Amino acid sequence: MRSKTLQIFLILLGVLFVALMLLLPLATVLAYALRQGWRIFAAAITDNYAVKALNLTLLAAGITLVVNTTFGIFAAWAITKFRFRGKQALTTLIDIPFSISPIIAGLVFILIFGRIGWAYPLLEAWKVKIVFAVPGIVLATIFVTFPFVSRALIPLMQSQGSDEEEAAALMGAKGLEIFRKITFPHIKWGLLYGVILCTARALGEFGAVSVVSGHLRGKTNTLPLHVEILFSEFRLTAAFAVASVLVVIAVIILILRNIVEYRLKKEEE
Amino acid sequence: MSGLKAPFRRRGNNVIPGFGLSMGVTLTMLSLIVLIPLASVLLVLRDYSFAEFWRVVADKQTLATYRISLSCAGIAACVNVVFGVLLAWVITRYKFPGRRILDGLIELPFALPTAVAGIALTTLYSDKGWIGSLFDKIGVKISYTTKGITIAMIFIGIPFVVRSIQPVLEKLDPQYEEAAAVLGAGRAETFFRVVLPELLPAALTGFALAFARSVGEYGSVVFIAGNIPYKTQITPLIIMNKLEQFNYPAATSIALVMIVFSFLVLFGINLLQSKINKIARGS
Amino acid sequence: MYVELKNLNKRFGGFQASDNISFGIEKGKLIGLLGPSGSGKTTILRMIAGLETPDSGDIFIAGDRVNDLPAAKRGIGFVFQNYALFRYMTVFDNIAFGLTVQKRDKEYIRGRVSELIKLIGLEKMEKRHPHQLSGGQRQRVAFARALAPNPHLLLLDEPFAAIDAKVRKELRSWLRETINKVGITSIFVTHDQEEAVEVADEIIITNSGRVEQVGTPIEIYKNPKTHFAAKFIGESITLADYDKLHGFEKVKGFDRAVLRPEFVHITKVQKELYPHASQRGIVENIFFKGNTLELRVDLGGQKITAYQSLDDASFSVGEEVSVLIYRLYLLGENEVRLEENHSIKSEGSFFI
Repeated sequence: MRSKTLQIFLILLGVLFVALMLLLPLATVLAYALRQGWRIFAAAITDNYAVKALNLTLLAAGITLVVNTTFGIFAAWAITKFRFRGKQALTTLIDIPFSISPIIAGLVFILIFGRIGWAYPLLEAWKVKIVFAVPGIVLATIFVTFPFVSRALIPLMQSQGSDEEEAAALMGAKGLEIFRKITFPHIKWGLLYGVILCTARALGEFGAVSVVSGHLRGKTNTLPLHVEILFSEFRLTAAFAVASVLVVIAVIILILRNIVEYRLKKEEE
Repeated sequence: MSGLKAPFRRRGNNVIPGFGLSMGVTLTMLSLIVLIPLASVLLVLRDYSFAEFWRVVADKQTLATYRISLSCAGIAACVNVVFGVLLAWVITRYKFPGRRILDGLIELPFALPTAVAGIALTTLYSDKGWIGSLFDKIGVKISYTTKGITIAMIFIGIPFVVRSIQPVLEKLDPQYEEAAAVLGAGRAETFFRVVLPELLPAALTGFALAFARSVGEYGSVVFIAGNIPYKTQITPLIIMNKLEQFNYPAATSIALVMIVFSFLVLFGINLLQSKINKIARGS
Repeated sequence: MYVELKNLNKRFGGFQASDNISFGIEKGKLIGLLGPSGSGKTTILRMIAGLETPDSGDIFIAGDRVNDLPAAKRGIGFVFQNYALFRYMTVFDNIAFGLTVQKRDKEYIRGRVSELIKLIGLEKMEKRHPHQLSGGQRQRVAFARALAPNPHLLLLDEPFAAIDAKVRKELRSWLRETINKVGITSIFVTHDQEEAVEVADEIIITNSGRVEQVGTPIEIYKNPKTHFAAKFIGESITLADYDKLHGFEKVKGFDRAVLRPEFVHITKVQKELYPHASQRGIVENIFFKGNTLELRVDLGGQKITAYQSLDDASFSVGEEVSVLIYRLYLLGENEVRLEENHSIKSEGSFFI
C-alpha cells in the first residue's frame, strides 16, 4: 500500500537524521576515547586535574540546583496561584537567561566583579575574589540555568488550577502545610523533571563558565573546560576520554528524564 | 486603592497564602541574578559615547560576524523546521519499534555538554574524521568553514523545533485529518492544507527558539568554527576575543547588540505563544 | 436575618459582577442563588465565603460583620463546583483535613469522620482515592469534607453541574434531605431553574449583577416581579401582539406579554369549554417529552407552545384545534402584571 511505503520512508528519514546528526557525534566521542586502549583512557580520567575539575563541576551544579529549585518553587507559586498586574512581564523576565548567549552571561559578571566592575573596590576591601574564581563559576552557572525549574513547574501548576489549595486554605491550612500536603504531591514529578534538566545544563555549561573561569588548572577548571584545554593541546584521546565521562552522565540524565517524563504523563491521565 | 495600579501587587482577594513571600523571593532573586547583572551592561557603556559604540558594533569585522552568525543560524533553523516537523510527525503518528528511543534521543543536544558536542563534531567533520574524510575526497571541507558552523547549529537546534511541534500534533485530533480525507482531500493536500496551517505557529516558535539559540551558542560551535575573521568568526566568538584582549567596552558594546536581538526574538516568541494559546483555548 | 448582605459591589476590570446586592437569609434555610452564567451568582457566593473581597458593602454572618475576617475564620463550609477534592488523599484524609488543620485530637477526628462517612453512605470506602469514586460519590465526599469542622453556614457552588443527568435527580433529593437532617443554613448556586425550584426553600434570582427577586419558588412562579423573573422561571415565550389573543386587550404601558405553556389549554374543536374565550389554531408540530407531549401551535401567525397529557385526546400535525389561554404576564416598563382571560367568567381553574 502506498501509505505504508510513505510511512516507512518517513520513519527511515527521521531515524537517519537522528543517527547522523545526533548519534554519530556521540559515537565519535566514545571511539576516540578508547582508540588507544583502556589504560590510556583510565589514566586520562583519573588524572589529578580531571578529578579536580569533576569535583568543581559537581560543586557548582549542586549549588546551582539548590538556588534554582528554591527560586523555581517560589516563582511558580507566585505566578500560578495569584492574579496580579505584570504577570506576563514577570514570566518573560524569568526566561531571559534562555535567550541570551552564554558568553554574555559570563560577561555580565565580569562587568560587575571584574577589575572594571562597580563592585570591584568592595571585593578588594573584603579580599574576596569572584571572577576567575569558584564563586564566579557558580554565579554564571546559576544564571544560565535560572529558568529551568520554574519553566517546568509553571505550566504544570497552571493546568492543575488552585481549587485544592483554595479549599485547603478555606479550612484554615497555612502556607507550608498547603504546599507540603496539597501542592507538592501534584508537582513532584514536574519538579524532578526541572531539576534534571537544570542539572544537565549546569554540568555541561561551557561558554559562560569559560568567560569567568580564568582557566586555572586544578582551581577554576570545570570538566567541560578541562576538555577544551586538552583538545586545544591536541591531546585528543585524553580530551575525548574526559568528554566520555560527560557523555555517560548525559546519557544517564537522558534516561532519567525520559522515565520522569513518562511518570509525569501517567500522572496527568 | 492607588496601589492597585502598581505592578506585582495582588489583585482581588485570594485565600491562598504566601503571595508576599513568594513574590518577594522571586523578585529579589530575579533582580540579583538576572536583572542587575544585565543592567551592568548599560552601566559600563554609560561612559562611552555613541560614536565609539557605533564604531565597534558597525566595524567591518563585527558586521561580518553578524552576517555569518545570522546566515548560518537561519539555514540551520530552516533545516531544523523541515526535519523537526518530520520527526514530530513520525514520533506522534506512527507506531514502530524504537519509537520511544527515537523520542528520547531528540533531547540529546540538551543533555550533552556543548563543549563535548563541539569537539565531537569538529573531529567527525575534520578531513580525517569519519564524515569529513568522505567529503574531503570530493574536495569539500566542513570543519572550520561555515558549513561546519551550520551543522553544529543544526545539532543544537533540533530539539527546540521538535519539542515545539510535538505537543500541538499530539493535541491535533486525527479526526480533523479524517474529516478532510472524507471530504475528498488527498494525503498531501490534507497535510499541507489542514495539518500544516495548524502547526505553523508552533513551527515558527520552534524556528525562533532554534534560531536564537544558534546565534547565541558558543560551546558546540566554537571548535568547528575555527575563528577566522571575516570567514568563520561568529558573534559570540568576537566578544570572547575582545574579552581576551581586555577590551571590555568593545565586548560589552557587541554584547548589547546581541542582548537587544535576543529581546526582540523573545518578544516575538511570546507573541507567537499567546497566539498559540488562543488557538488552543478556542478549539 | 442570619446572613445579610448590604449594598455589595464588585467589579472585575470593566465588568460589574455585583451591582448593589442586598438580601438576607434566615437561619436554617436552604437558599438557591439562581441565574444564567455571568449573572454574578458565583461572585456573591465567593464574597460570602471570603474568596473575593467586595469593593464596597457589608457582609454579616450571625450578626457580625465579616468583611475583614479571613475566609478560614468565617465558620463556613464550601463545596466547590468541581469539588476540589485532594487527589492525593484518601476519602478519610479528605474529610479529616479541616480537623487536622485545627489540630483536633486523633480520637475526635476519627469519630467525626466516621460519623460523616455514615451520613454520606460511603462506609468501607474511606481508604479510596477520589479517582476511584463516581461523580456522585465525590460530591458526597466534598459535602462531608465541608461539614467536618462544624461550620455554621454551608456554601455550594453549582453542586450538581459535574454530575450526569441521571444521578443528578437522585442526588438533589439526597442533598436536600441531608441538609435538613443536619439543619445547617445553606446557600447553593445554580443556573438550572428546575434544580433551584426543586431543592431550595427560597430562591434568589440574579441577573447582570443584580438581584431580580427573592422568594419561595412558588411565589416567584406565581408572582414574578420583574421581566427577567417572569421569563426565567418556567418555560415561556414572549409575545408582542398579545391583544390578538382572545380574552385579552392591550393595556397601556404594557407592550409585551409572557405566555407559559401551562397557561394554555388545547381541546378538540367541538369540545371547547369556553367558546368565547377560545380561538382556533393549527398544530404545527408534536414532540414527545417522556411524560407529556409538547405541542407547537400556530395561532394566526403567533407560534405558541402548550403541554398535553398523554391520556388526553390525541392530536395530529395539521389539525385545527381550539386554544384557550387562561392568563398572561404583561410586561410593563418596571412591573409585571398577571392578567386573566376576562372572557372566562368562572373561577378556579388553575393549571400547572
